[in-house]
Amino acid sequence: MSAVSDTARAVRPAGGIRSSVRDSLVVAKRNLIRMTRIPEMVLFGLIQPVMFVVLFTYVFGGSIKVGGSLSTQDYREFLMGGIFAQTVTFATAGAGAGIADDMHKGLIDRFRSLPMARGAVLTGRTLADLVQTALTLLVLALVALLVGWRTDENFAKILAGFGLLLLLGYAFSWIGALIGLSVRTPEAATSGGLIWLFPLTFISNAFVDSNNLPTFFRHIAEWNPFSTTVQACRELFGNLPPGFQTPDAWPMRHPVLASVLWSVLILLVFRTLAVRKYRSATA
Amino acid sequence: MPGAIYAEGLVKTFGDVRALDGVDLDVPEGTVLGLLGPNGAGKTTAVRCLTTLLTPDSGRAVVAGIDVLKHPNEVRRSIGLSGQFAAVDEYLTGRENLQMVGQLYQMPARQAKARAAELLDRFSLSDAADRPSKTYSGGMRRRLDLAAALVVSPPVMFMDEPTTGLDPRNRQALWEVIQELVSGGTTLLLTTQYLEEADHLAHDICVIDHGRVIARGTSDQLKAQTGGERVEVVVHDRDRIAAATRILAGFGKGETTVDQHTRKLTVPVTGGAKLLAEVIRELDARGIEIDDIGLRRPTLDDVFISLTGHVAEAEGTNGANGTGADPAAAPAAGGRPAADPAPPDASPAPDAGDRHRKETGR
Repeated sequence: MSAVSDTARAVRPAGGIRSSVRDSLVVAKRNLIRMTRIPEMVLFGLIQPVMFVVLFTYVFGGSIKVGGSLSTQDYREFLMGGIFAQTVTFATAGAGAGIADDMHKGLIDRFRSLPMARGAVLTGRTLADLVQTALTLLVLALVALLVGWRTDENFAKILAGFGLLLLLGYAFSWIGALIGLSVRTPEAATSGGLIWLFPLTFISNAFVDSNNLPTFFRHIAEWNPFSTTVQACRELFGNLPPGFQTPDAWPMRHPVLASVLWSVLILLVFRTLAVRKYRSATA
Repeated sequence: MPGAIYAEGLVKTFGDVRALDGVDLDVPEGTVLGLLGPNGAGKTTAVRCLTTLLTPDSGRAVVAGIDVLKHPNEVRRSIGLSGQFAAVDEYLTGRENLQMVGQLYQMPARQAKARAAELLDRFSLSDAADRPSKTYSGGMRRRLDLAAALVVSPPVMFMDEPTTGLDPRNRQALWEVIQELVSGGTTLLLTTQYLEEADHLAHDICVIDHGRVIARGTSDQLKAQTGGERVEVVVHDRDRIAAATRILAGFGKGETTVDQHTRKLTVPVTGGAKLLAEVIRELDARGIEIDDIGLRRPTLDDVFISLTGHVAEAEGTNGANGTGADPAAAPAAGGRPAADPAPPDASPAPDAGDRHRKETGR
């Protein structure tokens, strides 16, 4: 009966980058445990991109001209960069729904009354989503290989491509976090997290050669941060179709650098906004 | 010297609603303050301001000697919070929940693990420790929530309606835990809607309504103000009401009120159970048949009527005349007290938002 009055005490002072990282990892672990207890969520997250691969490969493949080629195999290789990038950005909706859900449960009061780093609830969630995204990408890459995706570049370049994809996904999950903090229900966060992704991912070079777009859309597509990563992946994976004309826009000429810059910029801006929003959420 | 919990002129508004309208509190170290009031009175808002969850519009608060507004993170290291809605992750097991909280209190992983095991044992949750808390009963979840608040044995504890919605057995069990905690020297601020609970657990009571403290004192002082005990009799035959009224007048310390429709007579008394026995003997001797008789202590409603002249507002399910629904009412003769009150959530505090409505729905 002494447990209540014993001398258990918080031993380490809170604050500092170390405790911030540690708290984020503790929260990330919590979210990963949750994912294993709700495996259907992870499963649905996997089915969607796989469906896109199959649909685009077999429905559009052969009808869409990329570069100078109408070949199905060229389109498959071209397509994968786009599908990979679309998949990582769709994780945004998951992060938003998860955070909106948390914000409307009693648990958030517990977190807010603990001497933990203020951004850790959000960072922990986005890190857990990053793990899920990585898993999804892995499965997706295997499916892509099955339907005929090939890459002739070296392993380091392929890893770099996936690194860029994960960075983009991580940056976008902070947009999701901000949406999740700004809406009243997880359902709203899911739809709010998805609707803008459709124009973003379709007015891009993800599924078509941006050179074939009308001028106005072509400019948007070429400066779209999302297109930048897609282009970078195609370069790194060696998936640019024969006869492909690299557009003149700067991000398309330097896609790897532009992709890193865009992702870091999005990450910094939205992380700052989300953490600020979280702090003032119920005050 | 200010106490372990000290507040001065706390004001918090939500739009047009002044949830807190200048609240002063002072809880000496090692004592328990019961914050008593109906739903929407500002109890939860007060707790949220003192536990750094809300920033008051004005006023000052010091908890465990630390200024709440200036050093919130320091305050967080010295407090434990347990609410009316169990703040645990339902997909995590009891053990995982407590370990997580321990680590977020900045304990090393090994220590958090040991502490979690200790608390699970202490709160009789060891058997369920490795099941997701989703599968726990309401009482178990509440115990887990309390355990989470006690991970670091904080010197100052806040409990927001810890027993609302619990059945009598679980309420009793929780009271025992709270009493033990306090005997260990913890300072506690407890909000409740039940006078009996405050009576049982608190050294001092603050009654709040519409964001203001309308009375404070010990439970005896408040009861004296409210008029003390009364005897309630339900007479079987309507034509014996007059006779019964005359008998009660002989025992009463004030006017007997008569409700012809329900055949219920109420008279203020002093003398407790002994007097009640005398009343029963006397009624029996005169051959007056009764349906029900009981000694009734002041309820929250009585306190409110006495202090404000109005029935506690926003009390949906907790009927204003509720001898039955109110645990403060002594059991009537010949029957167990009516079932435990449903969570009286007719009108959540303004700061409660969707969360409260949603959570009480289960």
